Amino acid sequence: MRREVPLTIVFICGAFMAFQYFVPHYASATVYEYALNWTTIISIFTLAVGIGSLVNLHSDRIARRKPTWRYSIVTLAALAFMTILGVSSPDALSNPTGLFMKVYFYILSPVQATMFALLAFFIASAAYRAFRAKTLLATLLLLSAVIVMLGRVWVGDMLTGWLPEGLRFSYVANYILDFPNTAAKQAIYIGVGLGVAGTTLKIILGIERTWLGGGK
Amino acid sequence: MYGGFWQKVADLDRRWIYLVIGLATFIPVLTYIRVPVSITSEVSAVYDKLDSLPRGTVVMVPMEFGPSTMAELQPMATAVLRHCFSRDLKVISTALQIEGVILVEQVLRETAMEYSKNYGVDYVFLGYKPSPDMVILNMGENFRNSFPRDYYGIELDSLSMMNGISNYSNTACIVNINATSGVDYWINYANGRYGADLALGVTAVIATDYYAFLHSGQIFGLMGGLKGAAEYERLIGRPRDIANRAMTSVSVAHVFIILFIIIGNAAFFANRRKDRS
Amino acid sequence: MTVAAFLTLCIFSFLYRDNPFYTFAEHLIVGISAGYWVAILYHTSLTDLWIEPLVASVRDFGNPGGSMIARGGMIVVNIMPGLIGLLMFSRFFKKTSWISRWPIAFYLGVSAGVALPLFLQSFVIRQVAANMINPVGVARNMAADLTVLVNYGNSTLLFWQGLGQIIIVLGCICGLAYFYFSAEHKGILGGAAKIGIWILMIGFGATFGYTVMARISLLIGRFNFLMDWIAAIGDYFKV
Repeated sequence: MRREVPLTIVFICGAFMAFQYFVPHYASATVYEYALNWTTIISIFTLAVGIGSLVNLHSDRIARRKPTWRYSIVTLAALAFMTILGVSSPDALSNPTGLFMKVYFYILSPVQATMFALLAFFIASAAYRAFRAKTLLATLLLLSAVIVMLGRVWVGDMLTGWLPEGLRFSYVANYILDFPNTAAKQAIYIGVGLGVAGTTLKIILGIERTWLGGGK
Repeated sequence: MYGGFWQKVADLDRRWIYLVIGLATFIPVLTYIRVPVSITSEVSAVYDKLDSLPRGTVVMVPMEFGPSTMAELQPMATAVLRHCFSRDLKVISTALQIEGVILVEQVLRETAMEYSKNYGVDYVFLGYKPSPDMVILNMGENFRNSFPRDYYGIELDSLSMMNGISNYSNTACIVNINATSGVDYWINYANGRYGADLALGVTAVIATDYYAFLHSGQIFGLMGGLKGAAEYERLIGRPRDIANRAMTSVSVAHVFIILFIIIGNAAFFANRRKDRS
Repeated sequence: MTVAAFLTLCIFSFLYRDNPFYTFAEHLIVGISAGYWVAILYHTSLTDLWIEPLVASVRDFGNPGGSMIARGGMIVVNIMPGLIGLLMFSRFFKKTSWISRWPIAFYLGVSAGVALPLFLQSFVIRQVAANMINPVGVARNMAADLTVLVNYGNSTLLFWQGLGQIIIVLGCICGLAYFYFSAEHKGILGGAAKIGIWILMIGFGATFGYTVMARISLLIGRFNFLMDWIAAIGDYFKV
């Protein structure tokens, strides 16, 4: 019952949606549209569960006085503040002068942007410490990276502008992207497509059951 | 002594590397030196397509980026929207990435204001709904399935622009500005199932992946990262906009990264030779 | 704007070392993000897709005209997704957590069902179809370009374009050979796999080059913001 019902639901929904692609009848299209809508609504609650898990995690840290428990108070207070602010004002999302928008633009947006901007420093450090041309393959990778990096900016053509067009960095970078890179990514996508097809079939047929989680 | 020098180079504190790359990126920001930006065929394909559409044609410009990728994609989105509004194309937009909903709304509203465009007549913002794969599929049947109302709570049927517009087949093309893995859903579902003409504007991290779809004709154009944004700005005749100004910093930073790779490898091989001898 | 600049510098301080300012900003953003998500989901999705259609169908039930069964059916159709979604919250209680498998099963079944034919079509069939080049046409173009080069000393680069088409076809096959682990990489398969990994490395190198550009772009965005903030402070003190 605890495993059989979900497996049956997966099979019925999956098989119907897969076959519906080939059945353009009005009735099948109507059920298809309702299924898509229902799935979107269910995903709202799935996201809410994620937020609930976050609240649980930080509440537990505060209750057990774990090392960073004071910061967890900051997290929960910020969550409560933003939730009340957002839900209580009907025009929170459309009023550019409202407090909700101000918090978005002056707290959430700059911090998120800066967190990802740190990656520039880390990639420079990784380039210095880790990218070694130890083997032929590593050398190929580095050469390709250097040509693309130089070819995509004016420095590449400044260095090789005196060469025939076919040998300039910009042309070679375009060539690498249009041909070997395309070949590599095609191979990867064909592999991914076959893998996705296999995995979805296994899920629909109940062979793949890891999504059920542990327990009975 | 020779070995000691290269050992010191190899063991350099990473904070010096951070400082150098920070300065290499920051100093060009202080000055604006115009640098050449070459136009690639994949970006000009997007420009040519939008430029060839008759005035009043409806296009879709869904934007899925947030604060973490706005430095790359906001200039691109602004350039594409400026092109659409200057050509009097009507724009339908969505923001299927939750972090960027407010940001996308601001970009759309402010760019429309530059061209005195009216909401509901010249552009419509549908907003956000979760589960982008389901939403993209549902919009292929009817926009109203996923978006009975727009972002501002107005019923779609009361917007004059949405008269006769029910799904992708009523739009000329889709130019998807996307920072997420949801790009695959647009290719598989919007183009794969519903045959929509699709172009992509993506971050540089994932741009190289989509050349395969350009080759197969599943997308008609591809703009990658800040370089793609700079190219589009040039094409619409705005070579002093933000992406072009940033290309100087990008160029200098690239040179320094390559220097780091060369110095790091030189130190590695010098130390290896010393260890072997 | 000063708050934004202060928080930006708090995050940048991590480059020197981990410190309380960075940890504070990190925890603050987690809470703010989660609250933002709740607000967005409430305003844009929950009311639009579930609450309003449900209220409308309940209101319609009381109206005269039409089939009562049809109107009752609409209430069921509108209430069901919400009830299934609410079952997700059973995850928080150990004894009833198995019930949350039902909404997961529904979501997974629908997603898997739509993905199966479309991923095969877009990722496999269309990609393979794109490699069905006309070898005679390609060879003819390459030969024509070589003739022009020999006779006139100029190249229209068609030779390289033609060669590129061949690289795509052979490179894709060799790349797939590399990923085929069901047989030992010996002989022809081994040779193809070797060429495949070379092609893959060139592709990954191109990706790395673009990734560097992406990361630098994000940093430039932050520096532009800090410059705007410094300029705003300068203007403030001038007045």
